[in-house]
Amino acid sequence: MSNSQAGTKSIGNRLWKIITSPSRMMLTVGAVVILVSVIRQFTGIDDITSPGATGATIRFTIPILMAGLGGLWAERSGVINIGLEGMMILGTWFGAWFGFLYGPWVGILAGAIGGAIAGLLHAVLTVRVGIDQAVSGLAINLLGAGTARFLSGVFFIGKGGDVNISPQVNSTGSFTVPGLSPFLTTIAHKHILVISDIAGVFAGFVTKINWASLVMFLALPLTAWILWKTRFGLRMRFCGENPVAAESLGVNVYRTRFIALAVSGGLAGLGGAYISIVSTGNYLEGQTAGRGYIGLAAVIFGNWTPAGVLGGSVLFGLTDALRVRQSTSVHALLLIVISLAAAYGLTKLRKKDWKGFIINMAIAGLVLAYYMVNKVVPDEFVTFFPNLTTILVLAFLSQRLRPPAMAGAPYRKGEEG
Amino acid sequence: MKKLNKLFWALAAPVAAIIFTLIFVSIILLFKGANPLSTFQLIASYGSQTDNIVAELNQTVAYYLAGVAAAIGFRMLLFNIGIDGQYRLAIFFAAVVGGATNLPPFLEVPLIVITGMVVGALWASIAGYLKVKRNISEVISNIMLNTIASGLIIYLLQPSRLGLKGKSSDNLATPMIPKSGWMPTFHIFGGQLYSFGLVAIAVGVLYWIVLNKSVFGFNLRATGMSFRAARASGVNAPRMVFITMAISGGIAGLTGMGELLSNTHTYSLAFPTGYALTGLALALLGRSNPIGIAIAAFFWSFLEQAAPALDLNGVPKEIVMMMQGTIILATVTAYEIVKRITRRQQQRLVGASEAPRVEAAEKGDKK
Repeated sequence: MSNSQAGTKSIGNRLWKIITSPSRMMLTVGAVVILVSVIRQFTGIDDITSPGATGATIRFTIPILMAGLGGLWAERSGVINIGLEGMMILGTWFGAWFGFLYGPWVGILAGAIGGAIAGLLHAVLTVRVGIDQAVSGLAINLLGAGTARFLSGVFFIGKGGDVNISPQVNSTGSFTVPGLSPFLTTIAHKHILVISDIAGVFAGFVTKINWASLVMFLALPLTAWILWKTRFGLRMRFCGENPVAAESLGVNVYRTRFIALAVSGGLAGLGGAYISIVSTGNYLEGQTAGRGYIGLAAVIFGNWTPAGVLGGSVLFGLTDALRVRQSTSVHALLLIVISLAAAYGLTKLRKKDWKGFIINMAIAGLVLAYYMVNKVVPDEFVTFFPNLTTILVLAFLSQRLRPPAMAGAPYRKGEEG
Repeated sequence: MKKLNKLFWALAAPVAAIIFTLIFVSIILLFKGANPLSTFQLIASYGSQTDNIVAELNQTVAYYLAGVAAAIGFRMLLFNIGIDGQYRLAIFFAAVVGGATNLPPFLEVPLIVITGMVVGALWASIAGYLKVKRNISEVISNIMLNTIASGLIIYLLQPSRLGLKGKSSDNLATPMIPKSGWMPTFHIFGGQLYSFGLVAIAVGVLYWIVLNKSVFGFNLRATGMSFRAARASGVNAPRMVFITMAISGGIAGLTGMGELLSNTHTYSLAFPTGYALTGLALALLGRSNPIGIAIAAFFWSFLEQAAPALDLNGVPKEIVMMMQGTIILATVTAYEIVKRITRRQQQRLVGASEAPRVEAAEKGDKK
């Protein structure tokens, strides 16, 4: 037991060092690129690094990223927001309906407002009244789903929609960088080792990018800047770490948390509006499909940092995109897991850690056996990949995680602890 | 007088919550151009029709067990949102085991029921382990485990694995449980009342006895009230948390068992989701009291059975979902407010009884 715990600790240490040091990160990214392109060449599954796959990954990543950033705002201020899913649902509905009436950009704004209203409700109930944060969040999920269903029945019928589907919304439009996009795409189609892979991925970033994706992505640097470079951000994080001390130093904890939760709901609403306006072009009942919870998972995976949330969102968005496009791609990803486990096992050998070596090789061997026996990874497994990853991260890297100290704890003004 | 006051404040919260919800729903009904009073009358008369009552009672049993499962967690300040995954995985495996064996009834039925409880308890103990050993919020891990359970069930239900092609084209189901694994039903009001309800009553009684009359129950409540104090007085608090989570999961595994043993005899994806939220709502409404939960559970299934009546009145029946969400929020809010009012009352009482002494002391100071 103690031995394996030491092992997991060192995985965490290493991951952390890689993430925090630029040169190591460059090396790692380089190694992963080479690995992926070798695997692509070997399996002949070219979709992994095609421009189309990158584009799809972006489309799947943005809603998760928005929900994740929403979760980050809430938890950094000290309130856990399980209601992200309900706020997203409201975002999809308001986005689609106002998008249909007044154009897609108004729709996106309306989606944000719809989510923000639910965020404020969460704030009133948890911060003002002081009810349990999980109860409030879950009830908001129920309310969000119920409200969207009810409103659909009231507004969509007779306007080209139905009880569970809205009329079509105009597109927000997309752009392609002239010159660069066709150039990179041509290289990508030549299937040269490494070069085509890099070109393919970059081509995805400059081909048919939706304006809404670009605008919403800006929320990431903006969040990072506000939370870590402004006075308000410092105070907000203070409220998440120690509200009693914050209050005693003159920070208005209640007001700060109200603002944070309104922004949190607004971001989740934006993610919802993106799904209904950009991904499908209309509201469909149940189309968020638990992405609010996956956003919550991205926050944990990302260790409560903006860059980490991005990493989690991309990972979860990538698996989603590959599953939808070509399920054999996910199967090929297993080879990456095998290579990483084997490589890590070899580093153990250098340290003469026989147990670690055997465990890692056994993992690699088992996954390899699975890879050889099965042709595809079952869809059901890919669907819960983000959830499983989160459980594993929580289980094995929990010593490395640093959540805001007082996130989830009730706080009343004037009462200690 | 003191007791009456206490009773008044205990009832004030749920009553206020229900009144608030009725007002809220009335506003929505008016907005839709429907008459609230006649709609409520319609709900009441539709729900109390004899052929609906049996369906309501059967549903009440399932909700009641989910409510008790949630209430056990609440006593420990555990928020078991994983009831959903625990119950579906439990019923799934219970149906698989029941479908694969054919023992005499007195062995077959307990085998199925115990399988369900064990599976539910095992699935819940993953969250319990993570909570105790890794200090991970059971809310997060359970939400993730719910999705994983859904995926696992769909994976295992494929015809090439444990499932069969169902009666309808693409409705997958487990093999039929043989007749020896069926539980009898009572014929009343022209309906089939599941005898599994008796098990639910036994669970309720057991819950009350264990919690209030046993050392284990005392330790459990003590740990729920103060983890540190319980630990200091020799209770193995982490172990209590783990066991409570497992028991809660085991009871969750009984949810829906009546449906399986007396009606469907097979597990399919038609088994409803969302029992976790319902269970938590009922435990909150009933204040974790076995009888309170039963009343709340009946109220809840009454509302749901009557929902189709709303459609007849031109009101989308989805309004029931909004009503349930509102009831949860209103109840919890009302309890919180009542808690604060009674605390202030107590403070005032203490203040009044202490006042003469304080005055005397102050006078003494002046001298």
